[in-house]
Amino acid sequence: MITRVPRIAPSEITPPEVYFSRRALLAGALATGASALLPAAEAPQAQGAALTYTANPQYSVKDTPNKYEEIAGYNNFYEFGTDKDEPSRNAHTLKTRPWSVTVSGEAEVRGTFDLDDLLKGLALEERVYRFRCVEAWSMVVPWVGFPLSSLLARFKPTSRAKYVGFTTLYDPRQMPGQRVAVLNWPYVEGLRIDEAMHPLTLMVVGLYGRVLPNQDGAPLRLIVPWKYGFKGIKSIVKIDFTSVQPRTAWNVAAPNEYGFYANVNPQVDHPRWSQATERRIGAPFLAARRPTLPFNGYAEQVASLYQGMDLRRYF
Amino acid sequence: MTLTQRYRFIYKPLVFIACLAPLAWLASGAFGWFGVSLGPDPVKELEHECGKTALNLLLLTLAVTPVRELTSQPQLLRLRRMLGLFVFFYVVLHFTIYLVLDLELNFATLGADIAKRPYITIGFTALLLLIPLAVTSTNRMMRRLGRRWQTLHRLVYVIAVLGVWHFYWQVKRDVREPLLYAGILAVLLGYRVVRALARRRAAASRAVRLTPAPPAGVTSTPRSGPTLSQSASD
Repeated sequence: MITRVPRIAPSEITPPEVYFSRRALLAGALATGASALLPAAEAPQAQGAALTYTANPQYSVKDTPNKYEEIAGYNNFYEFGTDKDEPSRNAHTLKTRPWSVTVSGEAEVRGTFDLDDLLKGLALEERVYRFRCVEAWSMVVPWVGFPLSSLLARFKPTSRAKYVGFTTLYDPRQMPGQRVAVLNWPYVEGLRIDEAMHPLTLMVVGLYGRVLPNQDGAPLRLIVPWKYGFKGIKSIVKIDFTSVQPRTAWNVAAPNEYGFYANVNPQVDHPRWSQATERRIGAPFLAARRPTLPFNGYAEQVASLYQGMDLRRYF
Repeated sequence: MTLTQRYRFIYKPLVFIACLAPLAWLASGAFGWFGVSLGPDPVKELEHECGKTALNLLLLTLAVTPVRELTSQPQLLRLRRMLGLFVFFYVVLHFTIYLVLDLELNFATLGADIAKRPYITIGFTALLLLIPLAVTSTNRMMRRLGRRWQTLHRLVYVIAVLGVWHFYWQVKRDVREPLLYAGILAVLLGYRVVRALARRRAAASRAVRLTPAPPAGVTSTPRSGPTLSQSASD
């Protein structure tokens, strides 16, 4: 069992003015400029600027990652259309720079921050995580990002911060799917604060070593590997610390089908389909279906977060 | 060329090829022919496209009667049996892909799905109901069943409702497409209801007019015209 994240004493946290200072060194977090762009011939799959990161084998699974074109060509990102191939075709309209993130609620440090300022000083790491969609398919993805806890700590959440909510950009001009009321826009997701501070919870800015493609949630998205994929909110513009549970998009849309917790659980079926097994995208014909693991295989690390909870009720 | 010949040698082969086009496209994608790709999840694509093709052809089958009546092209009926059999073909393919490629022959899951998942229950019911229709689609069975043939084949209305419902229920959130199918089906079934009511009214008014004994030699028109399905003489 991985121990819980130690509570960070306020004195240990570097003052935000240092973090958010434009004069601070970039520290190689984001390699920008044309020099970072490899010629297309050398990198036929992954596009976007290369990132500087270190691999984190401790938090990586051994499974073979899915191909780039699978991860960037098969997306649920309803802001760009409800078919799986629509986000990759439509998400080019999203402008990911400049990008700002507004921090509000039960935290000492609030305000609107430029994303590049927020990212300064955060060491990027690559983690190969299992990804399990609520629709019973799965992938294995080499994300590049940083623990959410290291970002949240900078805002000094107060003791009243029991939950943290996230909001996706709302701009139907950039996100044409928002012109249709399929969900109650903007998309909102949230975590209990201990889930948010768990070392597995990742803020993602990259994929396959490069800047995240728009259709995968650029420029900033959440990944909670033991929860169904819809918890991993994309293109985040707002972080809100609250004392009450956030009203999350899918839970509002169909509360009997999508819970707030949405932990991967083969024992608790979706009302309309089984969650006992899943199909691994990209696996060969007749060898793709595999059993779904409790907490998507991360039970050892996260099951203790839910001790004593009825997971059928809090699905 | 007589009408029968035109149907036999031109129209029917064309419709046959058109009905096979979706299969050709899916097979190309599945085997990577002609650079066709079904995307990162070919199994779901095959499964969904077969199901949708079956529904498309089912709506087309149900459109034959309104179109031939409204355009006064009664001979269109000659194409209907082929369309209906292709519905059955794509439904069987849809189910086979689900069982073999999606469930990977896990019969326990199949049983659980049929018993516990309402959208699969109704989809499977529709498949079962199609079997007697396919079996009795031959000229011989038509003759043998006589009037009962048409009664039996009215099951297609139930099947169509189940099919669209099956589509509607498995969609996660964006129900626009299944609602479009439901709308088209409502028009096609609505046409039949309206027509039946109109005929009943016409028959009733005729009956009123004909209450005094008709002059000798004048017989009333049959209450219903030649039935649609039984006039299928191809």
